[in-house]
Amino acid sequence: MNGVHDMGGMDGFGRIEPERDEPVFHAPWEGRVMAMMRAMGCVGGWNLDMFRNARESQPPSFYLTASYYKSWEKTLETLLLERGLVMEEEIVASRSFSGSTVAGQPLRAEDVSKALKRQSYERSTSAAALFKVGDGVRTRNIHLPTHTRLPRYARGRRGTIERVHGCHVFPDSSAVGAGDDPQWLYTVVFDGSELWGTDDDPSLKVSVEAFEPYLEAL
Amino acid sequence: MSHHDDDEDHSELSEMTLRVRALETVLLEKGLIDPAVLDLIVEAYETRIGPRNGAKVVARAWLDPDFKRALLEDATAAVSSLGHVGEIGDHLIAVENLPTLHNMVVCTLCSCYPTDLLGLPPVWYKSAPYRSRVVRNARGVLAEFGVNLPPEMEIRVWDSTAETRFLVLPMRPAGTEGFDVDALASLVTRDSMIGTGLPKLPEVGP
Repeated sequence: MNGVHDMGGMDGFGRIEPERDEPVFHAPWEGRVMAMMRAMGCVGGWNLDMFRNARESQPPSFYLTASYYKSWEKTLETLLLERGLVMEEEIVASRSFSGSTVAGQPLRAEDVSKALKRQSYERSTSAAALFKVGDGVRTRNIHLPTHTRLPRYARGRRGTIERVHGCHVFPDSSAVGAGDDPQWLYTVVFDGSELWGTDDDPSLKVSVEAFEPYLEAL
Repeated sequence: MSHHDDDEDHSELSEMTLRVRALETVLLEKGLIDPAVLDLIVEAYETRIGPRNGAKVVARAWLDPDFKRALLEDATAAVSSLGHVGEIGDHLIAVENLPTLHNMVVCTLCSCYPTDLLGLPPVWYKSAPYRSRVVRNARGVLAEFGVNLPPEMEIRVWDSTAETRFLVLPMRPAGTEGFDVDALASLVTRDSMIGTGLPKLPEVGP
């Protein structure tokens, strides 16, 4: 979707403000939200792309003004409510009115390390890759109403295949519950001038990680 | 957005604390989470999974050409072979800074970051100013971080739009001949592994 989360190249957000000696969490509740999301990711029945889709679907005014973990907390509530795992009235009352509707077991202490390690999104395929390193490609000018990982600034642009990563879970499919639909994944590199016009920094190159359905041969 | 909820007025802080506590209670009563497990997750990120892990990897690459080659070939496998930096998931990619090339990492769409190796990303990395600007005006962003590179040096920005994760391998600072792994690792900053900073310079002797 063409949401406010897709902000590469936008103006007006001001200076970057690094914080000296930044703590991992700015308040204890932030850590609880992060940990609940990790733990529920193992039993809640959603995947990473569904999580991203839910967060990107937040109203733009909320997305832009809520802190990162406040936005996560709202996303967690949305995912739980959508699946009927929790009711709004239960959160308000701070107690459960009924048992769990999930068959799985909660994340156990001995499985924490495994749960925190990134899983593999690579999948086997019999399809041959359409492109090889060095090929010229153009990104498609596509505007899906649902989750996608081709940023707006890199649509309809000419670039070069720089790396071939194998076949990976396709987020556009996975986010809407349509399965892994594995697709070849490439690093596509663009000249800065192709993205931003010739007046910009000639020494800049930008790459995106692009799934094969985002690309066409030049 | 640079503000945090704890900068807001006290009632909002209380509101988030209460809401999160209520959600945790409901999930606990339904048997969906174990609060002791949440403690372990928070503790892991506060004490074990952080940029010191990445710094050890960079220092090792500076010292050992075979390891550096392996790291650039397959960073997940190379880092996992070290054994002492925790569990590293798939598709970690190390990109090497050169005298003619400076690499930077961003996730314009959200907050993708090599968390296994560097811990949770800082607030600025997830913020609109960084995400919006670095793919267009990388030099301007670098200047705000106090980094000024020669105009002819190519700047390469890696936008993390899939499940690949990027670690910048910065250049080893001059004057570090004879340094051991720990001494070198102490010069490697988190920002130098994102590409918004450079390694610290060794302190000059008296």
